[in-house]
Parts: sequence; structure tokens; C-alpha cells
Amino acid sequence: MAGESGKIDPMYQFKIEPLAQLNLAGYDVSFTNSSLFMVLVLGALWVFMAGGMKREMVPGRWQMAVEGVTGFINNMLTANVGPEGKKYVPLVFSLFMFILMANFMGMMPFGIVPGVHPFTITSHLTVTAVLALFSFGTVLVVGFWRHGLHFFSLFVPHGTPWWLLWLIPVIELFSFMIRPFSLALRLFVAMTAGHIMMKVLAGFVINGLNAEAAWVPLIVSFPAFILMIGITLLELLVCAIQAYVFALLTSLYINDAVNLH
Amino acid sequence: MPQIAQILETYASQFFWLMIVFGLVYFTIGHGMLPKVEATMDARNRKIADDLAAAERARAEADDLGDSGEAGLAAARAAAQAKASDAKAKGAKDAEARLAKADAEIGVKLAAAEAALSAATAKAMASIETVAADAAADIVAKVSGAKVTPAQAAKAVKAVMSNG
Repeated sequence: MAGESGKIDPMYQFKIEPLAQLNLAGYDVSFTNSSLFMVLVLGALWVFMAGGMKREMVPGRWQMAVEGVTGFINNMLTANVGPEGKKYVPLVFSLFMFILMANFMGMMPFGIVPGVHPFTITSHLTVTAVLALFSFGTVLVVGFWRHGLHFFSLFVPHGTPWWLLWLIPVIELFSFMIRPFSLALRLFVAMTAGHIMMKVLAGFVINGLNAEAAWVPLIVSFPAFILMIGITLLELLVCAIQAYVFALLTSLYINDAVNLH
Repeated sequence: MPQIAQILETYASQFFWLMIVFGLVYFTIGHGMLPKVEATMDARNRKIADDLAAAERARAEADDLGDSGEAGLAAARAAAQAKASDAKAKGAKDAEARLAKADAEIGVKLAAAEAALSAATAKAMASIETVAADAAADIVAKVSGAKVTPAQAAKAVKAVMSNG
């Protein structure tokens, strides 16, 4: 975290460092801190789900929490896609929970252990792009599987006047093709910006406390610390909202593919 | 920005591990654990719906029972009322008959008493006439010294009494 001259680099938290070198068919697939946090997310998710698998008729608290999330995704797909949406619950649930857990895992205060810092895997474009492609790819596959070439009628909305037929499909096609990028960039930017802001504010607190002038901690560090608390809470909210937005948009896109508007 | 600066060195590693991890998430959690959780929820919802239906059925049954019980009660009440009014009517008729009989008896007694009374009155009247005639004859003899026959006296008394 700390650079050579006592400076705090807010970008350092996004750096990927290999923990174990690994090479596969000429590609560098080293086990990095990113991979470590992916595995941690998987473990946390598995523990969360396993805790809710008691399958009791009258659920306990943990089971209630798991069933709450499951029912939430289930309702989202039923409301947006209809009864056919049930088929896509595993995909949307996996995306939602993976992103949610990854966002929260990046907010964990592992930094209190010296030399350890949390890593937000969803703050990397590669990861969000792959997740967005899962979402977009599902839409493409489902759309062409169910409707064949008729899927292209998605680009001509109902009620398009004939004299706009040369323009509307182009716009619709563009807005359709931009979806994976907007999905990927939204998550990547939200997580990156939030973490940079938190790190900058934390830098204010620490550098202010280290300053020689006595008034600096009071004027700089204390307000920055108060603000930091608010920003942290806001960031936790953003973590949940971004996961929700990703899942919601995915279910809306699936609705397009299943029902063609 | 390490995300962009490092992207060429790290994309393969991130892609590789994300595929493994997300594949595990999708297949073991999304397709392994999630359906079980949903099955539990469905079973619970079904049980709740079944229980509600059973309760509804029981309620309808209880309503039916209540209705038939009420009908029985009403019939019993009507029968009791009919019996009571019957008894009342019979009692009233009885009382009337007895009253009429008593009335007739009293009437007979009353008539006899009236007859006896009028006979006694007539008898008393007759004796008053003779006494008055005697007294009138005596008075005439004492005052005037004239002799009045009893028949004349009786005639005068009768004339006076019928006037008075």
C-alpha cells in the first residue's frame, strides 16, 4: 500500500501479483491474488449455500437468508420473463451471487493484517467482460435457438413507421451490440472508482496524522475519517446495487431473447 | 491503472481461473444446490396451500353442520310453540265451558230468588191492604160514628193506594 516515500498509491490495490507460476500451452495462467480471491468467493458462496441446505419445513435464520436470495432471483425472472424464466434462474443466480460476493469480498478489512490487502476481482475489466459475455452469450444462444432468424425482428420494434425502417434497426442493433460493453464497464467502473475514492480518503486520514503541523489531523484527518465512514457505507450499497443491476439487466435481456419484446 | 497496464500479462490467468471458478459456481451451486433450495421452498408453499385448502374444507363442513343444527333447532322450536298454543287453546275452551255452566246455574238460582221475592212482595201488599182497610174503618167509626162495611173500606183503600 505504502510506496517508497510514504506515499499511498490508490492504484496499488488493483495490481495483480502472481502467487504461484503456472504455464499452460504457452499462456501464463499463474495463480494470482485475483485467482485467490475468486476461490475465496467460491468458498464463501459455497458456505453460504451449504448453511441453507438443511431443507427444513420451518426454516432457521440461515436457511431463511438463502431462501430469501433464491426467492428474490426467482421473482425477478418470473416478473421479467414470465414462467419460462425459471430455466434461467441458475445462471442469473450464479452471476448475481458471484458478483455480490466478489464485491463484498473486496470490501473486507483484511488490510488490518500487515502485508495483506483485499482484492476486488470485479474491478478488473477482464473479469467483468467475461461475466458480461456469459450474459450476452446466453441471450444470443437462447434467441437464435428459440426463434432462429426471426430473432432479428427484435431490431424492428412493433409500430415502427415504414419510412423509419432504414434507421430504427440500425439504432436497435447498435443498442443491442453495446449491451455486453455497458454491462462490463458499469461494474468495472463502479467498483474501481469506489475503491479509488476510499483509498484516497484513507490516504488523507493517514497522511494527515503523520503530518508535522498539529492542526492538520484535526482539519484534514478527522473530517476525512467521518466522510470515509459514509463513503464506506455507500460503497457497500454500491456493491449490492451493481450486482442487482447486473442480474436485472441480464433478466431483461433474456426476456428479449425469450419473448422478442 | 493496473487493470489496463497489466491486461496483456494477466488476461489469460484471469480468464482461466474465472472459467474454473464460475464454472464451479454455475454447476455445483447454480445447478446443484439451488434446485434443492427451490424444491424445499416449493414443498413448503405446496404444504401451506394444501393446509389452507384443508382448513377451508373443514370450515365449509362446519358451516353445513351449523346450518343443519339451526334448522333442527327451528323445527323443534316450532313444534314446541304449536304444542304450547294447542294447550293454551284447550285451556281457554275448558275455562269457557266451565264459566258457561256456572253462569247457567247462577241464572237459575237468580230466577228462583226473584220469583220468591215477588211472591213475598205480593203477599205483603195484600196483608197491608187488609190492615189499612181495618184501620180506615176503625178511624171512620171513631171520628164520625158512621158504620163502614169492610167491603167499602177495602174499596176506598184500594182507590187511594192505586193513586199513591
